[in-house]
Amino acid sequence: MSEYLVDIRNLRLSFFTPAGEVKALNDVSIQMKQGEVLGIVGESGSGKSVTAYSLMGLVPEPGRIISGTIDFNGHRVTEMTEKQLREMRGNEISIIFQDPMTSLNPVYTIGNQIEEVILLHTTKDRKAARERALELLNLVGINEPHKRLRQYPHELSGGMRQRVMIAIALACEPKLLIADEPTTALDVTIQAQILELMNDLRKKIGMSIIMITHDLGVVASMCEKIAVMYAGKIVEYGTAEEIFYNPQHEYTKGLLMSIPKLNATEHEKLIPIEGTPVDMLMPPQGCPFAPRCNSCMKICLREMPPYTDINADHYSACWLLQKEAYESLKGGVAQ
Amino acid sequence: MAQYIVKRIALAIITLFVVSTFTFFLMFLVPGGPFLSEKAPSPATLKALEEKYGLNLPVTQQYKNYMLRLLKGDLGTSLKQRGREVNNIIATRFPVSAKIGAVAILIAVTVGVTLGSIAALNRGKLLDSIIIFFSTCGIAVPGFVVCTVLMYILGLKLNLLPTFGLTSGRHYIMPVIALAFYPMSYISRLMRSCMLDVLNQDYMRTAKAKGLSQWKALFKHALRNAILPVVTYLGPLLAYTLTGSFIVEKIFTIPGLGDSFISSITGRDYPLIMGTTIFLAFLIITMNVIVDIIYKLVDPRIKLS
Repeated sequence: MSEYLVDIRNLRLSFFTPAGEVKALNDVSIQMKQGEVLGIVGESGSGKSVTAYSLMGLVPEPGRIISGTIDFNGHRVTEMTEKQLREMRGNEISIIFQDPMTSLNPVYTIGNQIEEVILLHTTKDRKAARERALELLNLVGINEPHKRLRQYPHELSGGMRQRVMIAIALACEPKLLIADEPTTALDVTIQAQILELMNDLRKKIGMSIIMITHDLGVVASMCEKIAVMYAGKIVEYGTAEEIFYNPQHEYTKGLLMSIPKLNATEHEKLIPIEGTPVDMLMPPQGCPFAPRCNSCMKICLREMPPYTDINADHYSACWLLQKEAYESLKGGVAQ
Repeated sequence: MAQYIVKRIALAIITLFVVSTFTFFLMFLVPGGPFLSEKAPSPATLKALEEKYGLNLPVTQQYKNYMLRLLKGDLGTSLKQRGREVNNIIATRFPVSAKIGAVAILIAVTVGVTLGSIAALNRGKLLDSIIIFFSTCGIAVPGFVVCTVLMYILGLKLNLLPTFGLTSGRHYIMPVIALAFYPMSYISRLMRSCMLDVLNQDYMRTAKAKGLSQWKALFKHALRNAILPVVTYLGPLLAYTLTGSFIVEKIFTIPGLGDSFISSITGRDYPLIMGTTIFLAFLIITMNVIVDIIYKLVDPRIKLS
C-alpha cells in the first residue's frame, strides 16, 4: 500500500469540444498524505477543479483522461468500475461546492438530503439516519437543528446552506474532503466562519482536505501544502511557508504581488499580472506562462521547463531555476 | 390553505358570472335561431315555439330569467333535443368524454414525460432526433388528419380495430391515441427542455458526488424539478381533454360532450350553448385550483396566496 492517501501521477486530461481538443490537465502529479491539507490555487480554467473531480471519477463531459494514474487510499481510481466509484463518492471522498444556493435540491428538505447519503452508504435505518443528521447539524454549528431538518433550502441563508453542504459531506466521515471554492459565494464574515468551522472539523475528525481556491488568503489560513496551477499544469508546489515567503515561479510571485496589503498606503496600486490567460485550445509550445512573464527568455517560448527541486518539499517548473540553461542563455531575453 | 381555497371559490363565482353573461349576450348577436331549418316553419308555429321557450321576451328579461334559474343549478331545457334537460345531457355525455379523456391524459403524461426525459438524456444522439421528429409531427399535424390516418390504417386496411362507437375496450384505442397524440408530443418537448435545464443544475452534481446512481439521481432529484412546467400545462389540458374533442367524437361517432359543444352552436341551441360553456369554465377553474395545489406539493418554494 502506498504511503500516500492521494497519489496522482502524470495525469493528462482533455475536453473534446466541437472547437477542438482542450488540454485541461497537462502532466499533473500530486501526492498527499493522510491528514494533510492541500491548497490548489490558480485562476479560472487552470485545472484546479478538474483535478479534484477526476479524483472522484467525476470528469464532466466531454472530458477524457488521456493518460496517467490516480490512486486513492491504495486503490486505483482510474480503473474503478462505475459501481466502485459510486461507493467511494460521498463515503470516502466528499466534496463541497462553490455555490451553496444552487447545490442543494430546492424540492427536498434539509433532513432528507442529509439522510439520503447516510442511508446510501451505511446500514443505518431511517430513524438512526435522522439522529445522525441531527448530530451533523449540531456539529456544523446550525442552531435549532430539529427545525432545520424539516426546512427547505430556500428557507436558509447562504452560510447556513454551506454548513448543510458540509454536514452532507461529513456524513460518512470521509478520508478526504474536497472543498471547491467553498467560500467564494459567501460574504466575508460568513467566509471566515466557514473556514474556521472546516479547520475545527478537520482537527476533530482528522480527515485530509483539498482546498481549491483562487483566494490566497484562504490557503494561507488553512493549508499546509500549496500547489499553484497555471494552464493545466502545476507550476509550483511547496509548503505554505515556502510558497508565501520563498516563491520561485514568476506566476506565484505575480499572484502574491497582486494581493492587497493592510499596511499599504492609500495611493499604492496593486500590481496585476499583465496579459490574458492562455487559450487552452492553442496552448503555447513552451512554458504556458511565458507570454505574460516579465523574465521570459527564448527557451521559455520553445520548451516546457522541467521541475526543479528547491528543497525536499518545494519544487517549481521554471527555466530561471535551471541553472545551466539560465547561464547559457543569460542576456538572451526574448522580448 | 383554507383561506386560499375560500378566496379561489369566490374568484371562481365571479369568473363564472362574467363568462355566462358574456356568452349570453354574444349568443344573441349571432344571426339565426334554433327553429330555422331547411323547411321553414310557418310564422304561427315559430311564434308559438318562441313563446313557449320565452324567446319572444326582450333579451335583458331573458337574461334575468336565465340567471335566476342558473342560481338554482338549472341549466334549462334543450331547444333541439326537445324536452331534454341540459343538466341531463351533460350528465350523460360528460362521463363518456371524460373516460376517453382521462385515459388519453394518463398516456400523454406518462409517455410524454418518459420520451422527453429519454431525449434529454440522449441529447444530440439519434434517439433524441427521432423523438424530436415525432413530437414535432405530433404538434404540427392537425387532429382530424391523425384520426383519419388511424382509421384508414388500423380500421380499414389492417382491419384491426372498430372504427365507430364505444361498446368495447378495443373501441377506445383509436380515439384515445388520437386524443393523446398532441398533448403527448407537447409534453415530451416541454419535458426535454426542462430536463436538459435540470440536468445542468448544481444539485445534480451534488447528487452524483453523494454517490447516487444515475437512475436514482434522475428519479429523485431531476424528475421532480423538471416536471413542474408539465404540471402547469396539465390544468387547462385536463379541462379541455375531459370535456371531449369535437373532431375525435365526430369521426369515431362517440356520444360525448365535445360533439354537443359544436352542434349546440351550429344549431343555436341557446340553453345548451350556455350549459356547456359554463360547465367548461367551471371545469377549467376547478382544474387550475387543483393544479395549483399539486404544484405546491411538488415545489415547496411556491406559496399559495
